[in-house]
Amino acid sequence: MAGITLDSVRKSFGKNEVIHGIDIDIRDGEFIVIVGPSGCGKSTLLRMVAGLETVTSGDITIGDRRVNDLEPMDRDIAMVFQNYALYPHMSVFQNMAYGLKIAGTPKVEIERRVADTAKLLQLEDFLERRPRQLSGGQRQRVAMGRAIVRQPSVFLFDEPLSNLDAKLRVQMRLEIKALQQKLGVTSLYVTHDQVEAMTLAERMIVMNDGVAEQIGEPRDVYAKPATNFVAGFIGSPPMNFFGPSALKGYTGDSGGTLGVRPEHLTLCDETRGRLSGVAKYTEVLGAETLVHLVMNNGESLTIRQDGDSPAPDPGDNCFADFESSNLNVFDSQGRRVT
Amino acid sequence: MLPLLLLAPQLLVSVVFFFWPAWQAVHQSLYIPDPFGLKSQFVWLGNFEFLLGDQYYRSSFWTTAVFSVLVTAVSMSFALWLAVMADRLIKGSTTYRTLLIWPYAVAPAVAGVLWLFLFNTRVGLVSWYLAQVGYEWNHVLNPNEAMGLVVLASSWGRISYNFLFFLAGLQAIPKSVVEAAAIDGAHFWKRFWTIVFPLLSPITFFLLVVNVVYAFFETFGVIHTITSGGPQQATTILVYKVYADGFVGQDLGSSAAQSVILLIVVGILTVVQFRYIERRVHY
Ligand SMILES: Nc1ncnc2c1ncn2[C@@H]1O[C@H](COP(=O)(O)OP(=O)(O)OP(=O)(O)O)[C@@H](O)[C@H]1O
Ligand SMILES: [Mg+2]
Repeated sequence: MAGITLDSVRKSFGKNEVIHGIDIDIRDGEFIVIVGPSGCGKSTLLRMVAGLETVTSGDITIGDRRVNDLEPMDRDIAMVFQNYALYPHMSVFQNMAYGLKIAGTPKVEIERRVADTAKLLQLEDFLERRPRQLSGGQRQRVAMGRAIVRQPSVFLFDEPLSNLDAKLRVQMRLEIKALQQKLGVTSLYVTHDQVEAMTLAERMIVMNDGVAEQIGEPRDVYAKPATNFVAGFIGSPPMNFFGPSALKGYTGDSGGTLGVRPEHLTLCDETRGRLSGVAKYTEVLGAETLVHLVMNNGESLTIRQDGDSPAPDPGDNCFADFESSNLNVFDSQGRRVT
Repeated sequence: MLPLLLLAPQLLVSVVFFFWPAWQAVHQSLYIPDPFGLKSQFVWLGNFEFLLGDQYYRSSFWTTAVFSVLVTAVSMSFALWLAVMADRLIKGSTTYRTLLIWPYAVAPAVAGVLWLFLFNTRVGLVSWYLAQVGYEWNHVLNPNEAMGLVVLASSWGRISYNFLFFLAGLQAIPKSVVEAAAIDGAHFWKRFWTIVFPLLSPITFFLLVVNVVYAFFETFGVIHTITSGGPQQATTILVYKVYADGFVGQDLGSSAAQSVILLIVVGILTVVQFRYIERRVHY
């Protein structure tokens, strides 16, 4: 068991800096999710913790050891790769036993631990199979098993579910969450899927372009996004952004950007509506309906309402309003003001 | 009709350049022509009987075995080592690769002459250095040195070829599999022997077959230029003996019988390789 500390960690490939200084203190047993768009440096950050990439500057500490100069095998970590990276020429049993064997674990002990792990992951019937004889979900489990069986103090996951179909992804997500709570091992989990991030994370790191835009609990990140990037990235459909002039009666700074989440908007009559626009189209999703408006200044506005509320027809003039406490104000640099 | 027409060129080539000569060899191996080539006498399996009783022919079998095992082992292990080193390099691997491909472009006979110059007993650079450290190199008289030299010269050109295949094979192994092994605690050579080498086995198997065939048949030029099969037939491999007895010795019946035996040996070798070694290959 160990916490992880990153202290202004930077990474350059040649002259090109891709991680611009990241700081975070991860508690022992905490589940941290790193989320961000493709190419923002999530994998690179994780691989630095794993020891698969060198750290250009800054310090990484696992437990109470600075690990910058340690080989991956000396860091007491286990990693689950996106493509699983199973050893194709070994059986499931051998895949899971590989690390233990190298560590010189006695044979009886290896068999016991692999059997326990296989049971935990419902892999008992597949121990003699080769990876290519398994389904995607089963391979994913073997990859997890290989990590668990070694009882490391840190788990690292690099988009472990992105090769699975949607249904299996939801199921495995729940399993991972349950497993981690049961084992209580500090985990660092990379994904670009915000739903995965919201549901798994105790705290999440929202990354953009090599910078941690916000670190916090999913609920706080959602409710109080620190930048307009975070506001736009977390939440689906994303937050509506508009200039201050579009909001009737707004008296604050006219330089920044305002934002309101779709579920905080309601359609109303002209007298109360501080936002207005022309209905473009509606998306009926069953439990809810998304109404898309185009405002007079050309910006679009999405309203999320119950499936049984009346929806406007395309071309109708519409008005919308929200509780003022749900208004997000960002300055001209995109940082949150209120 | 059309399929047959499309296959015709391929069939024709096979018949003209393989089946017809093979048939001729089998046919001739049963005859002894008279010294003027006017008449042939049917001797049934006489040529084969004589060959198997011939001590020089039997030792040529042994020579061939030693030679091909050495050429295959030297060229493959060295190529694998170079490929592993090149694979570790990120920068400059293209330069490295280009440099290593060059030897392949050198014709065997030319390679033979190059090595001959280096080891020439009077003017050779390497033999001069060896003399400096007190070793008297003379492959013209010493059978082991002669064997060593033809093995070296034959392996040299093959290293490039094997290197290319090994490097391509190494680069086809997913990086993350090797990284997973590193995280699992395996150091470089442990990873190599437990992960990389097993995953390379289809390539290794392929190269094994190709290199044995090469050592058997395509090393003629090297042997001819360096030792001409000597001293005392110490480097006369089966193929060279076919030439030496047939063209130099003018014993066409025996030469044909040797060709037939060679054909059978290669057939057996190929079957053995595919039956027994391929089973241990992980695809
Ligand atoms: N070995 C490398 N050499 C040079 N540049 C690299 C290397 N690895 C990554 N990069 C660059 O670093 C940046 C971050 O890459 P990284 O793989 O960490 O992104 P990511 O957030 O994991 O994206 P994705 O969601 O697509 O996996 C990218 O711009 C990428 O081009
Ligand atoms: Mg990635």
